[in-house]
Amino acid sequence: MTTTTADVAPRYNDDVVRLFTVAAVFWGVVGFAAGLFIALQLAFPALNFEPYLNFGRLRPVHTSAVIFAFGGNALLGTSYYIVQRTCRTRLWSDGLALFTFWGYNFFIVIAALGYVLGVTQGKEYAEPEWYADLWLTVVWVAYLLVFMGTLIKRKEPHIYVANWFYLAFIITIAVLHIGNNVVIPVSFTDVKSYSAAAGVQSAMIQWWYGHNAVGFFLTAGFLGMMYYFVPKQADRPVYSYRLSILHFWSLIFLYIWAGPHHLHYTALPDWAQTLGMTFSIILWMPSWGGMINGMMTLSGAWDKLRTDPVLRFMIIAVAFYGMSTFEGPMMSIKAVNSLSHYTDWTVGHVHSGALGWVGFITFGALYYLVPKLWGRERLYSTKLVNLHLWVATIGIVLYICAMWVSGIMQGLMWKSYDSMGFLEYSFVETVKEMHVFYVIRAGGGFLYLVGALIMVYNFIKTIKGDVRRSEYPEMNLTQKGTEALA
Amino acid sequence: MSDQHNKEIDQITGVETTGHEWDGLKELNNPAPRWWVWVWVATVVWSVGYWVVYPAWPTAWPFFGSGSMEQTGSVTRTTTGATKGTFGWTQYEELEASQAEITARQAQYLDKFQATTSYDQISKDPELYAFAQAGGKALFKNNCAVCHGSGAEGSKGFPNLNDDDWLWGGTLADIEQTLRYGVRSGHDEARQSVMPSFGKDELLEKEEIEQVVDYVLALSSDTGADSNLPGAEIFANNCASCHGENGAGGRDFGAPNLTDAIWLYGGERADISNTVYFAHAGVMPFWEGKLDEDSIRQLTLYVHSLGGGEGEGAAVPEKVSMEVPAEVPAQAEEEPVVTDEEPVAEESSSEVSSEAATELDVDVPAEPSVEEGSNPEAVSDESADK
Repeated sequence: MTTTTADVAPRYNDDVVRLFTVAAVFWGVVGFAAGLFIALQLAFPALNFEPYLNFGRLRPVHTSAVIFAFGGNALLGTSYYIVQRTCRTRLWSDGLALFTFWGYNFFIVIAALGYVLGVTQGKEYAEPEWYADLWLTVVWVAYLLVFMGTLIKRKEPHIYVANWFYLAFIITIAVLHIGNNVVIPVSFTDVKSYSAAAGVQSAMIQWWYGHNAVGFFLTAGFLGMMYYFVPKQADRPVYSYRLSILHFWSLIFLYIWAGPHHLHYTALPDWAQTLGMTFSIILWMPSWGGMINGMMTLSGAWDKLRTDPVLRFMIIAVAFYGMSTFEGPMMSIKAVNSLSHYTDWTVGHVHSGALGWVGFITFGALYYLVPKLWGRERLYSTKLVNLHLWVATIGIVLYICAMWVSGIMQGLMWKSYDSMGFLEYSFVETVKEMHVFYVIRAGGGFLYLVGALIMVYNFIKTIKGDVRRSEYPEMNLTQKGTEALA
Repeated sequence: MSDQHNKEIDQITGVETTGHEWDGLKELNNPAPRWWVWVWVATVVWSVGYWVVYPAWPTAWPFFGSGSMEQTGSVTRTTTGATKGTFGWTQYEELEASQAEITARQAQYLDKFQATTSYDQISKDPELYAFAQAGGKALFKNNCAVCHGSGAEGSKGFPNLNDDDWLWGGTLADIEQTLRYGVRSGHDEARQSVMPSFGKDELLEKEEIEQVVDYVLALSSDTGADSNLPGAEIFANNCASCHGENGAGGRDFGAPNLTDAIWLYGGERADISNTVYFAHAGVMPFWEGKLDEDSIRQLTLYVHSLGGGEGEGAAVPEKVSMEVPAEVPAQAEEEPVVTDEEPVAEESSSEVSSEAATELDVDVPAEPSVEEGSNPEAVSDESADK
């Protein structure tokens, strides 16, 4: 892609940001579609096509596509966009930045191909085998170099808060990725490997990784995104610098302890479970620091929510963030966890964070970015943004409500004994009761996908330079037959 | 370049900025909200308290697996080198306590259930019978439903247990035996039989198979057996030894009744041809040793109560007996079923049971136990011995 114009050498490298933007949108649609398909597989098992397209193989395709492909491309792209502007300098290395784009997306493709072919480490969110892990390590180090290099050569005296979060995300993900993928390949010509750690140690390392993938990939990274795009879109200063310092350091210090709450009532020693639970509780307010700073940045500009659906995306995202980061600590409490663990409640919790927080803050950022990156004055249609917002919001509400009801019902049915001391329900009876909620959940996922497709259409038209003039009466003032809206 | 000197007052909120600016972004110098700080402090205080009363901090390296072996209730485990907490709580004790609560609910019935060795007496005691039913129902759903369906309705290859069409007999003793040892299960006492693969092993010609299938189809049709059919003789020579001369089945061999409308492997012409050609030999696992004695007895009563349990004429261990059907509401229709509804089938089944004692060993438990009236608890062992 060449945007270099003759008169001025571009100050910032936006070529690579455009690539990441396109990739994020593409993988988003793939990931949401995969999610819808596996949701339908759960509701209608006949949709499992053996062996390549069964639930077991497609589930990591879905999770990797939405977290690492959609979320990851969005994070890398926005971090490059933001770090250049807030440091007033071009990326440290254009070549290396381009390498991170192709390298990262190559990783996603080989990982997904592996899943479909049955190649997996069997660790949730860390399914790729050793060869893909090694490749990702190389790419990630390149990413760190580009980001750090750019920070170091910054022309601003201070580092903007968004960059703190991005840097914490990059460094911690590197540590987590390496720590959880210490394996011994069967041979260098074999895709299979065996974990160096075994038993409960392996489980603990896995959930140290797994929880902090949530904490540093899906939370810290996207908080970085929020800290740039919310004040930009609202055109307001960040609410509290002091709060941002407090919640940044407390968040990154505390999150790393919380992993054991994924292993309550297991072979994990009691003391480790206690620490995981209590640190999750202490983490509640540091998590909410980000929500407060995001919401309160609108102080004095709340009226903008009436007219700006892009800002609305961002604020709903922050609201879902607040809800999920309250629900998470609550679910880490042992008594709650003994009901919620292994049920659909967990799935609902993850999705209120993933669809509501990660998805919506990314959509908001993308709606902000696309016109700017392609040199358009405005989006093709603001009304379509609003339509996307409501279709997707209804989708999320259907999804998480279905999973709450289904999960709590499932947990209660599992625990139910009759007065004579016999189990009230068999496993299959719980599955049968969940069917209707699986169908509703798939409906929610369908709406979310439809919303994303509306966004894709809007982007294609925007990039082509089209504008839905009926929505922008001011553009028609010079024309006859003004279709001005009241 | 921005810096401390650029502090300004935000016009809208009247709050001072930090003086920093990046790409047009500024920060207000608001303090962290007070409620936020206090809630945070409260969570820290609560956590510190929690650490005091519950196991919390490691005290020895390596953190996992260090420490000594400790006996907690029935569980031996490795204690970790960590603070124990003033409550002395462990998840093992919590598990034992919650299991004990459930066990206690069963215990008030279990002693009496174990002491009441006769199915008949259990059936007469509403509380005990309800207990057996509840246990049997739970056991069925977790062990049997996988093949027989959660409503015991069966499916192709897996018998429906709600009807009165029994392959190996529907008395309490029959059911208990099938449950205990299984069918072609590999257990020494398993019910055994093999239907020959008439086609695959070239025991019959293809035309003969089609002819005998015609005959079998006629058996279950409204018109009934047609001795003029060419298949009649083939049936008599090859099938009747197990399925009975009239095709009504033979429980010594688990040979299905061919005169009714119930088909384990399908009643279409193609299904029956296929069965005659290749034969079927379904397997039911044995549960002895996998389920405890109480569970097997509860399951027996439960399956017997599903709708087709037989009590009359058939061998029932010990004192258990013939009154069972009459006593149990669910089985009220037992007697008519036996004698009226399917005359052919039942006739043959009674014949079969009378022959049972002289036939295969596995069927023995039935008759002798009635006659001997021996120690009820020994029934199963006895039958196994014989």
